[in-house]
Amino acid sequence: MIEVTNLTKQFGHKTAVDDLSFTVSKGEVLGFLGPNGAGKSTTMRVVTGFLPPTSGDVSVCGISMVRHPKKAKRKIGYLPESAPLYNDMSVHGFLGFCADMRGLSGAAKSAAVERVIETCFLQSVARQAIDTLSKGYRHRTCLAQSLIHDPEVLVLDEPTDGLDPNQKHEVRNLIQRLGREKVILFSTHILEEVDAACTRAVIVDQGRIVADGTPAELKAQSSDGTLQELFREVTTAETGGNGGGSGPDPGKEPEPSGDGPDDGQD
Amino acid sequence: MKDTWSIFRRELASYFSHPIAYAIIIVFILVSMGLTFSFGRFMQVRDANLEWPFFFWHPWIYMLLAPAVGMRMWSDEQRNGTIELLGTFPLSPWSAIFGKFLAAATVWLVALGLTFPIWITANKLGDPDNLMIFAGYLGSFLVCCTFLAITMLVSAFTRDQVVCLIVSVAACVFMVLCSYDDIVRELTKVFSEEIVEPVVSVGVWDHYRSLMRGSFRLLDFVWFASFIIACLLGTSAVLSAKRA
Repeated sequence: MIEVTNLTKQFGHKTAVDDLSFTVSKGEVLGFLGPNGAGKSTTMRVVTGFLPPTSGDVSVCGISMVRHPKKAKRKIGYLPESAPLYNDMSVHGFLGFCADMRGLSGAAKSAAVERVIETCFLQSVARQAIDTLSKGYRHRTCLAQSLIHDPEVLVLDEPTDGLDPNQKHEVRNLIQRLGREKVILFSTHILEEVDAACTRAVIVDQGRIVADGTPAELKAQSSDGTLQELFREVTTAETGGNGGGSGPDPGKEPEPSGDGPDDGQD
Repeated sequence: MKDTWSIFRRELASYFSHPIAYAIIIVFILVSMGLTFSFGRFMQVRDANLEWPFFFWHPWIYMLLAPAVGMRMWSDEQRNGTIELLGTFPLSPWSAIFGKFLAAATVWLVALGLTFPIWITANKLGDPDNLMIFAGYLGSFLVCCTFLAITMLVSAFTRDQVVCLIVSVAACVFMVLCSYDDIVRELTKVFSEEIVEPVVSVGVWDHYRSLMRGSFRLLDFVWFASFIIACLLGTSAVLSAKRA
């Protein structure tokens, strides 16, 4: 499970993540929603140990990422936002390298590579050079990398970004399927994905959580019963907020408090 | 250790799957041999000593070519975002730094190794001091590693390979020129001893020259090693400061 407590991440004077706390338990698929620049990717980078937090802690399966990064990183599979890959390698070679990095070797390594190639439907391109792949295949190759060591926790940063509708569907199904045994945290700004894949969702704005609940609970919080409306109400500081008078606490509360630190940051 | 080995293998395969390693090796061999037989007057001086005809030219070639091998070390990772993969794998940053450095050094070891015909030629035509030749090769390789370490440090700062190339070449050129005899002589005419001495101490010639002449001084090894280690430590510091 993932436990994020009072996480703050500042870049110079800019606060990207502001005192964020949440937990994701086993069997849960948490959708991380928010407008661009809300701090989703930064949060995920801190959770996966790529960025050190300014303050607060992240624990993965009970292991602190701050104190035991190497141990905690073993538990996590991570798909970064732009699905970065080594373009000069073949898909098979790249996955083999990732298996090496995850400490797999020999028969376990080849079995793991074969398994993720199958899971992510990469059989037809396995021997192809990565720089000749289409965007969908690139994405799936990077997703395969995150699954290679069969991690307990998966952190996926916009896993469906840039995919065609069929591929989006496949990836969502995959997330749902994996979500049964793993802890999954994935970010998106596509609201329909919340219904399609999440058991719970949080909406983040300016580095803070402004709404948290199951898709049904979130819908109930909005004035017209849709996620779109709730999203607009809780995230658009300049235009939203005033219209959402009927919205319950999690939606309304952050508006004034969201303005306060904003002034402080600038 | 295993992580370093995996990174090393990947990096080395990457160099040899691009034309870059082949281009560098071929250009290095052509230029070093060309200089040996033209300006170096290897045949004319009728001396089997390789110090002046052959080894003398190496720092001049390295200062331009070594950064071309090293410029992608971290710039490429940062530009492609693959640094995010490396940063979330359970490995220490040192595995990646050492692995990358050793892979680039290996490309140069191959290039340097492929100049072996000159050694055979010297042995056929005369009776050279082979220990001295070995010391020359060792010194040459250490100069090259020093330049690679500087390039690695620069590449940690920028995601742009061209910027990395330009800055690293400038730094390497400085290290070659600042301790070159003719230039040191000119410098001492203009500046006082207190200014010239620290500048000259950054240069590679003093340390390379003694190895070229076949003397193994501990001082030189310490100088090369500390310069390289300082650059690698700097790389680690820059990479972690960038994330903080």
